[in-house]
Amino acid sequence: MQQERTRTRWHPIAASHDLPPRHVFHAQLWGREFAVWRADDGYVNVWENRCLHRGVRLSIGINDGRELKCQYHGWRYANRTAGCTYIPAHPADAPARTITNRTYPAVERYGLVWSCEQPEGEVPGVPGLEREAPLALRGIPVNAPAALVVTALRAHRFQPNGRIDGSDAEMVVKAADDFSVALSARADGAATLAIFFVQPVDSGRSVIRGVLDRDPGAEARNAVLRHHNAGLSVLRDNVERQAAARPAPAPIEPVYERVPAALAELPEPSAHGRKAALRVTVARKWEAADGIAGFELRPLKGLLPTFQPGAHIDVHLPNGAIRQYSIVNGPGESDRYVIGVKREADSKGGSLCLHETVREGDVLAISEPRNNFPLRRDAVKTLLVAGGIGATPLIAMAQALHHQRLVHSFHYFAQNEAQLAFGDRLDGLKDTLVPHLGLTPQETGGRLRDILSGYAEGMHVYLCGPGPMLEAARAIAGECGWPDEAVHFEYFKNTRAIDDSSAFEIALARSCLTLKVPAGRSILEVMREAGVDMPSSCEQGACGTCMATVIEGEPDHQDVYLNDAEKRAGTKIMTCVSRAKSARLVLDV
Amino acid sequence: MTETGCKDPVILNLWHPIAAVAETAPGRVADTVLLEERLGFAIDDAGNAAVWRSRPGLATGDRVEPLEVRDTLPAKLAYGYLWTSLGSPEEIFPIPEFAEPDRRRLNAATIGVNVSAPRAIENFLDMGHFPYVHTDILGAEPHTEVKEYDVEISIERDEILATRCRFFQPMASTTSSGGADVDYIYRVPHPYCSVLYKSSPVDEKRLDVIAVFLQPIDQEHIHAHMMLCVLDEENEDKVIKRFQQTIFGQDKPILENQFPKRLPLDPRAETPIRADKSAIAYRRWLSQKGVTYGVIPALG
Ligand code: FES
Ligand SMILES: [Fe+2]
Repeated sequence: MQQERTRTRWHPIAASHDLPPRHVFHAQLWGREFAVWRADDGYVNVWENRCLHRGVRLSIGINDGRELKCQYHGWRYANRTAGCTYIPAHPADAPARTITNRTYPAVERYGLVWSCEQPEGEVPGVPGLEREAPLALRGIPVNAPAALVVTALRAHRFQPNGRIDGSDAEMVVKAADDFSVALSARADGAATLAIFFVQPVDSGRSVIRGVLDRDPGAEARNAVLRHHNAGLSVLRDNVERQAAARPAPAPIEPVYERVPAALAELPEPSAHGRKAALRVTVARKWEAADGIAGFELRPLKGLLPTFQPGAHIDVHLPNGAIRQYSIVNGPGESDRYVIGVKREADSKGGSLCLHETVREGDVLAISEPRNNFPLRRDAVKTLLVAGGIGATPLIAMAQALHHQRLVHSFHYFAQNEAQLAFGDRLDGLKDTLVPHLGLTPQETGGRLRDILSGYAEGMHVYLCGPGPMLEAARAIAGECGWPDEAVHFEYFKNTRAIDDSSAFEIALARSCLTLKVPAGRSILEVMREAGVDMPSSCEQGACGTCMATVIEGEPDHQDVYLNDAEKRAGTKIMTCVSRAKSARLVLDV
Repeated sequence: MTETGCKDPVILNLWHPIAAVAETAPGRVADTVLLEERLGFAIDDAGNAAVWRSRPGLATGDRVEPLEVRDTLPAKLAYGYLWTSLGSPEEIFPIPEFAEPDRRRLNAATIGVNVSAPRAIENFLDMGHFPYVHTDILGAEPHTEVKEYDVEISIERDEILATRCRFFQPMASTTSSGGADVDYIYRVPHPYCSVLYKSSPVDEKRLDVIAVFLQPIDQEHIHAHMMLCVLDEENEDKVIKRFQQTIFGQDKPILENQFPKRLPLDPRAETPIRADKSAIAYRRWLSQKGVTYGVIPALG
């Protein structure tokens, strides 16, 4: 059927000049609306024109250069992936990664933006437009079906560039099909080829998007554009008169995809297992600071999943080790993941392997990003406090806060200036960055006290750095009156010795299973053996991925992820290292 | 009976608001549209009202005695509005506070909106949009969190009740300058009507009542009547009205850009979050009642 065939055809839906910086353009094809916007990095996004939350048109949203923000509840969607990165109503939660708007392909060619609902193959080349810089005319909307417009265009007349004052051009139809007409005009030795593409907006509406084979140059351009505008306006009036005399075709009702079942229910869906679902190449490796290697990871094909500030990935190394690294990217930087790896003297093979063995061009397996260190954006002021390589998640946070102009300051402790990582990104943060260099542990304590004094309600602090510094900072924050809920931290590793000598029973409420956890085995291992899929990442009680809810029983916390209040509450447990003090634990799994 | 555009028995049998009494010229024929039907109506000085299907002989602006009009539809004055029905209505839902003698009662505004009634009710129940749509009035960034609240569908009263709702409001009261959490209670006692109780800025212990009564013109157009019943002896009507009109004027463009215009009841049509608990309950309640007008019913 005609509909089917046309869904696979590429059509122009906008002109490149319809997409100035920070603008969102409303386009339509076969009744389906699109929000079209160009990010600051040049990428053109063509999205379903509907916020997944409550269906508000995204074409009235705000293009901030990196993300598109919905007007109704401020949900933010990332450049390229259209994945939701932030839901302001729940500032403490990382949005489910799978909240992703529907995207359509976008190709810019001949000064037009082309898209297609179900593309088969590439945008076809148009003979005659390949030679020189073509010139896109202004789009002319017409209230008439495409077929009528095409018929009228076959008899259309215009003057070639350089001869627009005449009226006697010799017209030839060079080619034509259901949605385009190529016309050449000749007069006094001048010739211009114009291709008119007819964009079917709906069953009864179209846009004429003309392209001239040659830009006449800055001086003549306006006059040429005016000449075509005038001619096409006359054509439009005639076609609209014809269309009005016929019965109006029924508008096309586009079909909207349903959201995944998991998202329709209130509980957030959980991720699965310790899997390396993605393959990336090391596109660039460089010295991001003294002793810190930067890696830029790009997808082998397709797009990388959406990330949020604070998220990390598992990197599966060629030597079999699995390590977690925070994503350093700023918002909207969605074509790659950037990580920083410190060369550790006592490395068990993770950092050494990345520093010495892995090279540009190598392929690595990584997990999807996971965010157990989400950034709230409802703070009256945010403090970021980093020590050494602990800066990586906080650099991502600082860029997001800076981009959204939220009040914050970023305190970065390091031995010396050469050890401050990702200087290019730090430069962009301007004066919100406060480096603290070469301090002794004691001086560090004093400085932390200065930074953390002056707590006021609504402030939040994010800490990441070496264990002793984090312990000190948390203790000082407590003394300075910071409530536990306002102090967020991420350890790189759990340096506590794990006591796994206890034996106990777990009952899994949702899976209706009762299992024995013997000494020497973890809850996570026992559950996995019983076939219960549970996500995990660091498997040492630092990252928070394997958290479960405790319904009954007393946990024996051995992790460094939960804060003291959460530990006392006893309602959450890290299944990779923590155990039970009671004989039995009932988990909501 | 004349053929009507609405075939939904649940909606046909409800009372619907069609005009603010205070804005109706007494003893004169006026006209409006309800559920795609043209209606005539009139109210006299004594509070007698008549509503009828538009017919020749009773032209808009004509003098008329409501008590003498024959062949009428049910009519009732309640909460400052004239209500009617195209079917056999039961009792109208109660708003006990309306009878309290020290309150100001007024129609803040009647505004036409190009959207379905259920979309507008959801908007009325929704706190998450305050900082974005009613910036610096009902909310302000960065205070965007919608804290946990409770929702129940009361079987006995057949209405939805959301309690313990709180949201940060800049300049929450006339007495203090800073922002603070404001308490809200929401009721949905009618598929197209909702009543909101909100901490009074003048008396901490009492609640202002703000209601929206939606008149469905057709499935995708409404007249929204906004009723206020507040504790305020200071401000002129004009000032109070202007405030509510500003708020509603901010919602209108958002509502008119919602897509599809009818409210989808399929749980997988859109993505709810915890903050939308009351909207989820509302959608379920409409499904259970079998409402089909102004919504896109869930399949199967
Ligand atoms: S409708 Fe877009 S954020 Fe709610
Ligand atoms: Fe609103």
